[in-house]
Amino acid sequence: MIKLEGVSLVFTGRRGQEGVRALDGVSLEVGSGEIVAVVGPSGCGKTTLLELICGLQTPGSGSVESEPAALMPQRDLLLPWLSAADNACLALRVRGVNRADSLALVKPWFERLGLSGFEQTRPAQLSGGMRQRVSFVRTLLAGKPVLALDEPFAALDALTRAEMQQWLGTALASEQQPRTVVLVTHDVEEAALLGDRIIVMSPRPGRVIADLTVPLPRPRTRTDPAVVALREQVLELLGAPV
Amino acid sequence: MSSRLHRTAFWLLPALTLLLLLGIWQLYIDVSGVSSLVLPSPHEVARALVNDRGTLLRNLGRTALEIVCGILIAVAFGFVAAVLIHWSTLVRRALYPLLVASQAVPLVILAPVLVLWLNFGLRPILVVIALVCFFPIVVTTLGGLETVDPELLKLMRTFDASRWQQFRRVELPSAMPGLLTGIKIAAVFSVIGAVFGEQDAGSGSGLGYLLNATFANYEPAEEFATVCVLSGFAILLFVLLTVAERRMLPWAYQMKEIQSR
Repeated sequence: MIKLEGVSLVFTGRRGQEGVRALDGVSLEVGSGEIVAVVGPSGCGKTTLLELICGLQTPGSGSVESEPAALMPQRDLLLPWLSAADNACLALRVRGVNRADSLALVKPWFERLGLSGFEQTRPAQLSGGMRQRVSFVRTLLAGKPVLALDEPFAALDALTRAEMQQWLGTALASEQQPRTVVLVTHDVEEAALLGDRIIVMSPRPGRVIADLTVPLPRPRTRTDPAVVALREQVLELLGAPV
Repeated sequence: MSSRLHRTAFWLLPALTLLLLLGIWQLYIDVSGVSSLVLPSPHEVARALVNDRGTLLRNLGRTALEIVCGILIAVAFGFVAAVLIHWSTLVRRALYPLLVASQAVPLVILAPVLVLWLNFGLRPILVVIALVCFFPIVVTTLGGLETVDPELLKLMRTFDASRWQQFRRVELPSAMPGLLTGIKIAAVFSVIGAVFGEQDAGSGSGLGYLLNATFANYEPAEEFATVCVLSGFAILLFVLLTVAERRMLPWAYQMKEIQSR
């Protein structure tokens, strides 16, 4: 459960002058277990939105309420000196779970996400898609009710991205208690494939210009006419030439 | 370049350079007829190395002990200083400029004070070596601590990591390659530090003492032989540290190899 009310945030520039206005009067409510995709042009304050939800930023005005949230950053940000499995354990280890127990918790996720056999491999020797999956397991095992995913697949090639979007849908559905997910993306198709709702944001300063409910069941395919129509609708809202 | 060729070149190239330099040196002495009291020939130095091997090795033992202990002291203090400077803006402002300035102070002027405070013997020598090694260790460790991605620390905060956990799990491991680099630089400096220290503290043994003694006795061949042992020891230390680095921080090497591909 997340609730933002009239949130504005201005980053002060150097020497105290008026800086970048990142968000302007953003109100947003996300129910428990909902998957909300946030789309918008680059620099519209999407990442700032996630940092507010994760408590890494405080709003200039307005209020932010959220259940504890774990962030999955845009870059995978794995620790180069740890093995894949130890990286996935990181949040658990910070919480005080011992290594053996953490690894036992990681194991089924590695099996589910096709990472079995790569437990001892260091990040530098994993492919981009695998690193993102390890990063995802790490976020998932942080044990927070809210997942804040910041462009999780932006850095991947089209094929891997499509694959990852598919398993993200399955992975989220396969959990016992569904998590609340805020998925920030600039990929409109990704939003149409995964979101229960799509929030469309304006260019800087970021405002919510549309809040679309997606009544389609998952898993969805990108060629489904309803998904295509939704994608076109969002692109139009973003001002893309039709 | 294949790895075997690479490895051969690693040993062969410096050996060839050395041989070439020795050849030029010998040729210069043969042609110019310069007195061996001014500049001994490589031939004479080699003979001194063999004849005095007992003395050289005994004194090397003493100097090696001083160097290893001096570096360890410098690592302990340098690491703590780097962490304090990294953590506290106050400490950084108060200490860092002075630290830089202190490096410009010639150690020779400190020798009398050190001897006054610490007496003769091992202690003032260790202090001189530690002083020489301290700075490179602080600077490279600090560099390592500062390369930590701030996004990574943000991520750790979303996992509710305390300041200490952020340090232990992210900053400390990130600083290790820097620390090792610092120790490698320090190892080379430490040899000079040991020579200074032994000479200024009036030591009765060690390679620095031997340099003094052979100089005073007009034994240039023996003096040069001592320098050869010193250089050899510096190289040995450097190689050992490089091997240790590869063993202890394989991930740093993997990243380097991948980047250079």
